[in-house]
Amino acid sequence: MADYFNEMYHSGAVRTPYARLEDWMKTMPAEFRQMKQAEAEALFRRIGITFAVYGEGGDPDRLIPFDMFPRVFTGAEWARLERGIKQRARALNAFLVDVYGRGEIVKAGRIPANLVYQNEAYEKAVVGFVPPKGVYSHIVGIDLVRTGPDDFFVLEDNCRTPSGVSYMLENREIMMRMFPELFRANRIQPVDSYSDRLRRTLASVAPAKCKGDPCIVILTPGHFNSAYYEHSFLADLMGVELVEGQDLFVEGEYVWMRTTEGPKRVDVIYRRIDDAFIDPLCFRPDSMLGVPGLMDVYRSGGVSICSAPGAGVADDKAVYTYVPEMVRFYLGEEPILQNVPTWQCAKADDLKYVLERLPELVVKEVHGSGGYGMLVGPKSTREQIEAFRAKIEKDPDNYIAQPTLALSTTPTFVAEGIAPRHVDLRPYCLVGEQIDLVPGGLTRVALTEGSLVVNSSQGGGVKDTWVLAE
Amino acid sequence: MRLIVDHVTRYSYDQPVRGVVQSHRLTPTVFEGQTVVDWQVTVTDGCPGGVFRDGAGDRVQAWSVAGPVSEIVVHVKGVVETRDLTGVLRGHREIVRPEVYLRETTPTWADAALIELSSAADDASGPLDAAHRLSGAVADAIAYAPGTTEAHTTAAEALAQGKGVCQDHAHALIAMARHRGIPARYVSGYLFADAEGQPHEAAHAWAELWIVGLGWVGFDPANRCCPDERYIRLGSGLDALDAAPIRGIARGPGSETMNVRVVVAPEATQGQTQQ
Repeated sequence: MADYFNEMYHSGAVRTPYARLEDWMKTMPAEFRQMKQAEAEALFRRIGITFAVYGEGGDPDRLIPFDMFPRVFTGAEWARLERGIKQRARALNAFLVDVYGRGEIVKAGRIPANLVYQNEAYEKAVVGFVPPKGVYSHIVGIDLVRTGPDDFFVLEDNCRTPSGVSYMLENREIMMRMFPELFRANRIQPVDSYSDRLRRTLASVAPAKCKGDPCIVILTPGHFNSAYYEHSFLADLMGVELVEGQDLFVEGEYVWMRTTEGPKRVDVIYRRIDDAFIDPLCFRPDSMLGVPGLMDVYRSGGVSICSAPGAGVADDKAVYTYVPEMVRFYLGEEPILQNVPTWQCAKADDLKYVLERLPELVVKEVHGSGGYGMLVGPKSTREQIEAFRAKIEKDPDNYIAQPTLALSTTPTFVAEGIAPRHVDLRPYCLVGEQIDLVPGGLTRVALTEGSLVVNSSQGGGVKDTWVLAE
Repeated sequence: MRLIVDHVTRYSYDQPVRGVVQSHRLTPTVFEGQTVVDWQVTVTDGCPGGVFRDGAGDRVQAWSVAGPVSEIVVHVKGVVETRDLTGVLRGHREIVRPEVYLRETTPTWADAALIELSSAADDASGPLDAAHRLSGAVADAIAYAPGTTEAHTTAAEALAQGKGVCQDHAHALIAMARHRGIPARYVSGYLFADAEGQPHEAAHAWAELWIVGLGWVGFDPANRCCPDERYIRLGSGLDALDAAPIRGIARGPGSETMNVRVVVAPEATQGQTQQ
């Protein structure tokens, strides 16, 4: 494990943010730890938080393992991350407004036209429409990995409806209940303002036709959805209604919610339903999950939809390569957060390079997610690599490749005691009239020794993420 | 040519429904080939919703009807002055990029037979000639035969059976053009056809292909021509569903029966009727 950056122990010493955790860790009796672990699991079961993170699939009723060892950032580390995350969220939104408008970035030759205009996620129905405050993606989940003290890379952007934020909130809640002494000994910045900030963000993008306090709802596909818990959790915290498509209807120029006191006008819909399903009159005609006529109301300024339909074109894995270019093009700044170098197998030169180096690369499907359908070269057998080679050769356009990153580790409770395990981070950036970020995010941890795949469907767990006050 | 349109769509429900929502593309396109003299769309007991011009230049108007309701009549009446621009969509304002119309949809998916048929354009002298050849190949391969296909029939299916209507002709031409890298789209509208011609549908559809230097140019394989002064253009899309003049949905268990009557006639002459 010598090649990996350990976030707690570096160059033979404990790094400052973890200083006060060393004693806690070393003096904790094994029985106490097991008791606490059981307690944590019981708490998670009781609140019913058993869903998979965005697009990961897997058994929706399976509990995602919670690791009690927190992951810690200093205030200074976070300050830089925060600038980088906000910069990226601004650039992604500028890109979306541009490609549904004049398309300057394409005209300037900074991104290929076919990647944008022939992208499945590019919605013709919203071309020419600028959503309130010019925001398409209101909650941007940016997946980050760390490889050194100052080295962070963006793995992917999630501009549609990134999930998992309820874990960030629940992990903190449970840690505070179980280890109040840790929160006295460390100056940990709170994250519980997330729901207020989310509500403020959503309210700030209410349509111009809305006068007064906007009526916000969360639109869920229903209780069979793997993230239903999160939908109801956020609705509760924000004090807004959780609705399904059948609870809403279009009449005249507005969308209405059925209530016991009669119809109530809805101004902002935080939807957790994919574009294809939100309106059978505009997208898939067989969808029963959405609201017929919703898109016409949206396009004529009667309601806001968050994230805006069409936002997905910015978080495509092939478009990802161009995000640093977006930062330069729209903001005139250098990207604070780096992309992972990516080879696109659709390009002949890249394909050649990739096929020559399969044992050392990570290869992913362009539209894949959840850690399925990918090859981690250094962790694969010769047979697995050859089988994957055949798949790439058959359909090169469908694959991208990246170097195998030396993901940082943090101490993690495992059966044998405490051991380093690889982690990533998903912070949730809010974009409305203002751009806002709570100090924290969701840390996912690969619980299997040596594994670099943190997805819960592949044996990953979650941790509380601390940002210390300076 | 001054054309009078009278288009009635009647939706009947076997038991009253709780409400109906519709999205209309029923207003003639604004371009040099046609000028609206008079145009009116009414919906029985309808409440007009949002209205906007979309990125493709189509005027979209939403309607809702509060239930219970057993029957809805959408009545389009108007007069349009048309000009023959030999199919060229001149003076049309839109901002959707042509490349967007390279995307495949289920009905416009090019199977092996459509790809084979598209080789008709292999030795074309230029893009315009290629488009004409593709359109001609569709007309030769798919005979006009009403009642042989349905709303969900794909271009591949229509070609396999060698029969279809204007929707199938348009889908086939679009599939072939896109396969050759030519942006293509579905256009819905009206057609006045005189008595001597082949049988036609007054509610009509054709395709537009993007020809570098000319822009969007209409091709009507069903009539082996480019749209002229007999055509009225309403709207466009990736395929028939996306370009539908009326998309609607009723809330409630009742089953729906739809009846359409379209009359397109030159002003002050006898029109043709189609059920």
